Amino acid sequence: MEKNNTNSKNIIELKSITKVYDDSFTAVNEFNLEVKRGEFVTFLGPSGCGKTTTLRMIAGFEIPTSGEILLNGTDISKLPPNKRPINTVFQRYALFPHLNIFDNIAFGLKLKKLSKAEIVKKVKKVLEMVDLEGFEDRKVQTLSGGQQQRIAIARALVNEPEILLLDEPLGALDLKMRKEMQLELKGMHDRLGITFIYVTHDQEEALTMSDKIVVMSEGKIQQIGTPEDIYNEPKNAFVADFIGESNIFNGIMTGKLRVRFCGAEFECLDDIENGTKIDAVVRPEDVIITTPEKGAVKGKVISVIFKGVHYEITVVSGKNEIVIQSTKSAKVGDEVGLLIEPDGIHIMVSETAQNNIETGIDKSYKLDILEGALNCDLTAIIPNSKYNENDILVDNNGDEIDISKLKVIVSVFPEDIEMSDDENAGVVCGNIINLIYKGDHYSYVVRTDEEEDFIVDDEYLWNMNDRVSLIIPEEKITYTLKK
Amino acid sequence: MKGIHFTRKQLCIPYALFLICFVIAPLFVIIYYAFTNGEGRFTVANLTGFFSSPNTIGTLAYSFGIAIVTTGVCLFAAYPIAYILARSNMKKKHAVVMMFVLPMWINFTLRITALKEILTLLEGNLAYHPFLNSVIGMTYDFLPFMILPIYTTLMNLDNSLLEAANDLGAGSIQTFFKVTLPLSVPGIVSGIVMVFLPSMTNYVVLDMLYNSTYIMGSLIGSYFSAYDWHNGSMIALILLLIILVFTLLTNRFEDETSNGRGGALL
Repeated sequence: MEKNNTNSKNIIELKSITKVYDDSFTAVNEFNLEVKRGEFVTFLGPSGCGKTTTLRMIAGFEIPTSGEILLNGTDISKLPPNKRPINTVFQRYALFPHLNIFDNIAFGLKLKKLSKAEIVKKVKKVLEMVDLEGFEDRKVQTLSGGQQQRIAIARALVNEPEILLLDEPLGALDLKMRKEMQLELKGMHDRLGITFIYVTHDQEEALTMSDKIVVMSEGKIQQIGTPEDIYNEPKNAFVADFIGESNIFNGIMTGKLRVRFCGAEFECLDDIENGTKIDAVVRPEDVIITTPEKGAVKGKVISVIFKGVHYEITVVSGKNEIVIQSTKSAKVGDEVGLLIEPDGIHIMVSETAQNNIETGIDKSYKLDILEGALNCDLTAIIPNSKYNENDILVDNNGDEIDISKLKVIVSVFPEDIEMSDDENAGVVCGNIINLIYKGDHYSYVVRTDEEEDFIVDDEYLWNMNDRVSLIIPEEKITYTLKK
Repeated sequence: MKGIHFTRKQLCIPYALFLICFVIAPLFVIIYYAFTNGEGRFTVANLTGFFSSPNTIGTLAYSFGIAIVTTGVCLFAAYPIAYILARSNMKKKHAVVMMFVLPMWINFTLRITALKEILTLLEGNLAYHPFLNSVIGMTYDFLPFMILPIYTTLMNLDNSLLEAANDLGAGSIQTFFKVTLPLSVPGIVSGIVMVFLPSMTNYVVLDMLYNSTYIMGSLIGSYFSAYDWHNGSMIALILLLIILVFTLLTNRFEDETSNGRGGALL
């Protein structure tokens, strides 16, 4: 059955899904995704990024605040979970402790009123699939974590769902078991041809298993792509930082296929307009150590850590710190040269060079931001305006200007904001919700109590969730009127 | 200065003394009185007397009747309350739970006297409905003991189990009967134990309600007040055995329902 004009290959489509909780916290924001039949899709992101909420909306445990979830072209976003041909493998397995393994797996089949013989046959078959033949009469409590995990998968798969949802299913297992289960799950997916939607915060797990990865942060999709795309061509600094280790440097394009960062010029493969501010991402394994004379960048080794397959070497060059993975060791204190091949440099146009915050104006002509602490001369930004003798803002004809509809954009560069741990030092307080190391400084996102996000560059290391006060020098702020 | 050190054995001595004085010794006293007559000679007459007297057997049956009905009423009143409270998203639900437990903070005599006044107002003469009044009085007294264990088990119920049932195709009613109810059995059993046993013996409630009916407790009381230690002790002993059997049964039941995180909050 085909409805709308959706692609028949897509088993499920999420269209501008947004979930806002009662306390006005936006967990998922404008989420758009198409999943093809039989695909293995992974939602990847740090905790609190909205990946589990999205999965729960597909399962039916949460109803989206707005948007549509189309299953084979039909909107199911308001259907209860028991009416959806979708099954879930829960994070902590959620096996029924009062039932034995057989009854756990047969739970869904019995509700479908299948014949006893058929149920027995199906349970036996699915137990074989997860390598736990003959476990029918065992109690849940007598099983190890890995075995419980397999039963949870069997219990979901026995219902032959159109989509299998997996909510960090391997999170509670030890490393070796996790690796084994990753391969097994991947094998099961290939054999069964069922669509898998998988949630994890483990980037390696996502890269190993998925056909398609959806990287999420703060309720928004950062990038959708194949594991190779995500790893080799990260769209922004967040993705680059989250997927694998990377060196991220601020830089600038200096010519056709030429880029300057870390105090040196490099050839690159990304054709970006000359003079554009960029972030350059270099994977640690793409940096080649050579002699100081041959290197484009010269530096000094400050640490060497043996990591089994390779050494992790940290080199300081000027203000920049560069992490290198190499099979050859180096000595701390060595002067070395570094080379980077053009295909080892990935360039992203700096998305957030400036903080631009939109705000209204209150009745006393103060900006509705930072508790009116900013002194903005409205006559300078509203054309042909002046204050009359009653201190009312008027236009050329002397008529009062309706300020309630006007919006002012407050702009300040990240490097102009200073952070302090003295709450009274600056104009506003907030918590650090994100930090990315960019070679010679850290780029922070500070969320204020009024839910405004400021990007702040600072050379000192602060911790996630640190409470900081933002010092914004008055003269560094520019105001523009929103048209 | 040398500190004083006690071994674990030494620390146990006060408790052992307490148990000997107040549990084991009285038990032997009861057994002694139960199997002797007025002259201090061994006899089983008290035992045979209990089972041959229609009065005592009738009282036993009546006590069971009151206890079963009281427990049933408590269970059916408590489960929905506990369920609604445990499943609701109410912010101050502990306060509401406290409201149900609050009567226990008021002096027992005061509570029953108040109940007596209300019942008299409704019924006129309390003697007309002895059985009903007994059940009302005991339900009023014991309801919190049923609510609390059930509430605790329901509170500890892992929400993902309910979601899993829902996910596997069960509607809310099916989820209740296939998951919630079986998993709250430990709480129900604790509640039954806490209500059933006292309601067989707590004759003070009945006495205060001017109730002429006899339950096991009142029988013992009447023998003792007539200085008949022997028959009174025998009834006490029989009651003890009944309770023992009952407890063993429920314990086995709790073991079988596995995952026996029985919510004995009290």
